[in-house]
Amino acid sequence: MRRPVRIGAALLVAAGLLASAACSAQPQAIGKTVKIVYQKTDSFTALDKVFQDAKQEFEAANAGVTVDLEPIQASDDDYGTKLALAQRSPDTAPDVFYEDTFKVRSDVDAGYLLKLDSQLAAWDEWSKFNESAKAAGRSDDGSIYAVPLGTDTRAIWYNKKVLQKAGIPLPWQPKTWDDILAAARKMKAADPSVIPFSMYAGTGTGEGTVMQSFYELLYGTGSSLYSESDKKWVVGSKGFTDSLQFLKTLYDEKLSVTPADALDSNVWKKVFGQWLPQGKMGATVEGSYAPSFWQKGGSYEWAGYAQDMGVAKFPTQFGQDPGGVSMSGGWTLAVGAKTKSPDLAFKFLTTAVNKKNALAFDINNSQIAVRTDVASDPGYLGANPFVKDVSDLVAVTHYRPATADYPKISLAVQQATEAVITGKQSPAEAAAEYDASVKNLVGDAKTMQK
Amino acid sequence: MAVPDSLSHGSIRRRSTIQGALRRRLRLLPVVPSILLLGVFMLAPVAWSFYSSFTNVALSGKAALNPQWLGFDNYARMLTDSVFPLSVWLTVVFVAVSAILGQNALGLAIALLMTRSGGATASLVGTVVVASWILPEIVAAFAAYAYFSQDGTLNQLLGMFGVQGTNWLYAFPMATIVLANVWRGTAFSMLVYRAALSQVPRDVSEAALMDGARGWQRLAFITLPIIRGSIATNLMLITLQTLAVFTLIWVMTAGGPANASTTLPVLAYQEAFKLGDIGYGTAIASILILIGMVFGAVYVRLVRGAKS
Repeated sequence: MRRPVRIGAALLVAAGLLASAACSAQPQAIGKTVKIVYQKTDSFTALDKVFQDAKQEFEAANAGVTVDLEPIQASDDDYGTKLALAQRSPDTAPDVFYEDTFKVRSDVDAGYLLKLDSQLAAWDEWSKFNESAKAAGRSDDGSIYAVPLGTDTRAIWYNKKVLQKAGIPLPWQPKTWDDILAAARKMKAADPSVIPFSMYAGTGTGEGTVMQSFYELLYGTGSSLYSESDKKWVVGSKGFTDSLQFLKTLYDEKLSVTPADALDSNVWKKVFGQWLPQGKMGATVEGSYAPSFWQKGGSYEWAGYAQDMGVAKFPTQFGQDPGGVSMSGGWTLAVGAKTKSPDLAFKFLTTAVNKKNALAFDINNSQIAVRTDVASDPGYLGANPFVKDVSDLVAVTHYRPATADYPKISLAVQQATEAVITGKQSPAEAAAEYDASVKNLVGDAKTMQK
Repeated sequence: MAVPDSLSHGSIRRRSTIQGALRRRLRLLPVVPSILLLGVFMLAPVAWSFYSSFTNVALSGKAALNPQWLGFDNYARMLTDSVFPLSVWLTVVFVAVSAILGQNALGLAIALLMTRSGGATASLVGTVVVASWILPEIVAAFAAYAYFSQDGTLNQLLGMFGVQGTNWLYAFPMATIVLANVWRGTAFSMLVYRAALSQVPRDVSEAALMDGARGWQRLAFITLPIIRGSIATNLMLITLQTLAVFTLIWVMTAGGPANASTTLPVLAYQEAFKLGDIGYGTAIASILILIGMVFGAVYVRLVRGAKS
């Protein structure tokens, strides 16, 4: 009796495994299929909407072609990982995908992106894209591999009511780092329960920590992360230590969120969804896309944001020229190098970034337009009261050094901020450890003292 | 030791017909697909991972297109990496405290108490303990997160007594993941020991009782030596399970704050997938496999020793 049972069980297990293996096989495509991979989250649906519209438009214009939309539900970091994993095999690689600008160069090196020069030359709308935005998709070899969807800047977003209560005159424009600290201390004195001036730190918020906090500090000291002219990473700069010291002051004096909150990867949801709308936070550094969360249809709808919120330029350390700092990123669409139908894929890409779709995306996601015809569209200019303020910051903005080493360097910066706000290391110690890890990661020859 | 089983069986086997031998071979047939599948889905990834650990294969950049053979560079890098030694230490602490001490000792204690308690109590306790074990890992991890987090169950309970709790996941990351793993894994040890204890012959215990052995003496000199094999097997299984714990830690602390709970699986994931350095990540994973093999070898010796 026992043996048949055992054999039966083994057979069942084997059959189960075979069945699950069979299920994972790809269904055969009927006609031609274009696979689109992009990011979609509960607070980021603007792109999904654009692709849904583009799919209808494209399928109507190209009979027999199916557009297969495959959104990935993940954070920016995890989306990048999943996309890269999918691109390692021709079976899973997408035809068209959503690509962060800072990954373009590294992914071109990896052979994931198709060179678009010849297709772009034949596309009449390419001339509508502004020149600096086109550079986002350019690789080291001078060719274009990706088409920008939009760009962004970073600024101080403040709640006017909280500042008023502390007696700070409006509109507020701090000129130096000390101005920020002075205002934050005033807010704390006026109401100890508010979080006066929060800046991200630690590895939990990932790129947010560097893009919406540390780089605004670092690039305002006159230092930088990377010297584009020498093609070397900067180590041992006083600006780096000073920037860490500023974060330490914010966290030590409890002018920012608690370190425990800062390390929570979802802290930004509380910033947008609770603290700023409820007047529990004075100010923070965030992207030009902030209104996309509060406007109608956003994930944290807040009718009063247009009246209650204000925007200020992030100042340089001592008010030195050019008087402000911003960081820019943005996303692009690219065609997969392993695509079987490059022309069809490119055609879909152009549908997704045509004037109508680009306008909808820039408005819904509060992006800074990269198409000149969208930038001058009244619908875009009137999308929210802050479009002009954040667009002006392009004059003082910086871009990340988008080399293949960048993600590791970025993590080393995030770790330095985490060590400082948790009190594990002093700013000088954390800066020294950062220098050591950079040298370890890229080699002594690719670093320089500045 | 008596005459080995294989000898007496062998003499019968010689007498058996060719047909019998064929039937025995045929009996293996149903497991062939599963062996093949194990080879394809378990052994092949392990082999690939081991191979990758000697290269600089990456998720992006030039190394993704043309990985270079690095030899032992990835392993040499661990010696200069400041996080790696910390991570090995945290892994050892996690395994020693949560599995070998926590799950193992607590599982044995509960199993012993259950043999002495009434049927109703035993089954109630059994159900409560097993409940955490039958939860999928991700659900158990969220439950533990919800219990220890700032606005979590623990702080609400403390609040009822007027005690202001801290953010446990931030202030005591290792303690929280150790407790969570004990909570989740004790059921397994308890079940193993329940089965083992039921095999302990009652007459041996009773004879010892007649000779005047006290409770702890009977446990130390009668019960534990008899179930020694089960203890070794249990230790091996829970050690290997605990070495591989990832979801629980990732959901609760993600290895933080400042790497204070980054065990080797978390570190391997961070290097391979967050930083895209698959070569270094797989090297860390290979070290993890080695550590598992060392533990495995020690326990296998223990089991052998228990049988002889």
